[in-house]
Amino acid sequence: MLNPDTVKADFPLLGRTVRGGKPLVYLDSGATAQKPQQVIDAELRFYAETNAAVHRGAHQIAEEATEAYETSRDVVAEFVGADAAEIVWTKNATEALNLVAYGFLNASLAAAAAPGSAAAAAVTPEAIQRYALVPGDEIVLSEAEHHANLVPWQQLAQKTGATLRWISVTAQGRLDPETFSVIGERTRILAITHASNVTGAITDVEALVARARKVGAYVVLDACQTAAHMPVDLHALDVDFAAFSAHKMVGPTGVGALYGRHALLEDLPPFLTGGSMVEVVTMETTSFMPPPQRFEAGTQMVAQVVGFAAAVKYLRELGMDQVAAHESQMTQRLLEGISLVPGVRVLGPEDATDRLAVVAFEVDGVHPHDVGQVLDDAGVAVRVGHHCAQPIHRRLGVHASARASAGVYTTAADVDAFIAGLHEVRRFFAAPSDTGGH
Amino acid sequence: MADAMEQLYQQVILDHARVRQGEGELTEYGGESFQINPTCGDQVTLRVRLDPKGERIQALGWTGQGCSISQASLSVMHELVLDQPVARAEELGAHFRELMAARGKELDSARLEALEDASAFTGVARYPARIKCALLGWMALRDALVQARGRA
Repeated sequence: MLNPDTVKADFPLLGRTVRGGKPLVYLDSGATAQKPQQVIDAELRFYAETNAAVHRGAHQIAEEATEAYETSRDVVAEFVGADAAEIVWTKNATEALNLVAYGFLNASLAAAAAPGSAAAAAVTPEAIQRYALVPGDEIVLSEAEHHANLVPWQQLAQKTGATLRWISVTAQGRLDPETFSVIGERTRILAITHASNVTGAITDVEALVARARKVGAYVVLDACQTAAHMPVDLHALDVDFAAFSAHKMVGPTGVGALYGRHALLEDLPPFLTGGSMVEVVTMETTSFMPPPQRFEAGTQMVAQVVGFAAAVKYLRELGMDQVAAHESQMTQRLLEGISLVPGVRVLGPEDATDRLAVVAFEVDGVHPHDVGQVLDDAGVAVRVGHHCAQPIHRRLGVHASARASAGVYTTAADVDAFIAGLHEVRRFFAAPSDTGGH
Repeated sequence: MADAMEQLYQQVILDHARVRQGEGELTEYGGESFQINPTCGDQVTLRVRLDPKGERIQALGWTGQGCSISQASLSVMHELVLDQPVARAEELGAHFRELMAARGKELDSARLEALEDASAFTGVARYPARIKCALLGWMALRDALVQARGRA
């Protein structure tokens, strides 16, 4: 069994104090995870020993840097059950999702251009065949999406005339299977989160993929919340594209990844263009490299890629089954603890089944920002606001919420400190008439 | 509870957050402003009506939702600027922005006295994330006054 105290000792930041000497209780891993020394060292070592531009240069260091960059791709690919050639480095998951959306857009623009024109020839016939959207086509997502997996599709729909439809969320914060029927004959894309970053509810991907397959829609999975918290096997999940981000996986900021099936990446037009992604460039035209290089324009974030590989190695050594089992215990402790604080309502499933340790909640009569402030004064870091997911807040009848989210290093003591902080929130903001209540 | 929280959440602030002055929709108005704080989703719609000469704030009403800091700040602002000349309201707004920029240092006594209950927000300026909350209403007022004067 994973020992969170031993794990915690690997994360230097978690040893610091805040707000006048209080030990930090970090419960904001859903926003970004802290980094173990192993990741910090890997990035440092790269700069100290191996730094060079990759895929160019004839010198030894360039070779070593390229080797480190590409080996990292192997490591990260294996971690998520993919082949290395199916992993594209991006600056974050948002860019990965935009990369796919803009691939569809570029194909759609070419398809709509006059036959024989330069615009029509801007992408390959295969790209148009696969990716061109026309008015009446449908893009399906859910009310639970993070803005990163909502806004790019909304934009794509606006620009192509496609229709945006969505799966609803139940009052318990889960995707409502009764509304899965919005996936229909005209659905071309199903963009769905693997787990809500607000309610923690894990999506039944299998059921959705089965429906998407029936109608020939592509499935884009937002795996940001899950990749660091449970085993994720993208081939087994049978999705077409997936996005995830290193910084939520105890890795560096500035790097994320797009997964895409071989054949799909092969036909996808580029998003960002420029150096490093081209074969032959004349003043008139350019031919592009095969994937994944086609999608990695410009100088890459090599040190961060190397840090990303170190992060997944760290998680792999802990064992993702162990990580999931530990975090499930933290979920239970969070939910049980909260249930004993009067006037606090969990937004999302109240049991730990098919649920991550991401727990958004509201405190009766106290605004989330004030909740977060008093917790912060006790050294407890939580997130407040809409967590980049306004529609699901609206659906659950709140404008904003506070959210505690755990990680591999979260201990029972962390959860208990948070629960004690919640009691303090209640006491501090109690109306004068009920001072000393509960 | 630690002193830090009592310094931040002065009794004046908690009182104003509970019993809010000026909350409600104004039906006759010359200027309106909608302001949102995207980080926490707080929002306010503020309406203002000037006297016929366009010199004095005759009525002020606001609706919205937000944290205790933003709500209390709106309430205190309402008390301060109602029935005041527009120029005075703008001067008070400038003082309040200076208070927020002072990172918890007190302003000189003349300006602090002018701010009355709003001086209780001195401690808010120590928390960069809360400054926007405190300023939400004042931003709305400044914007609404520009419109109201344009029409007067």
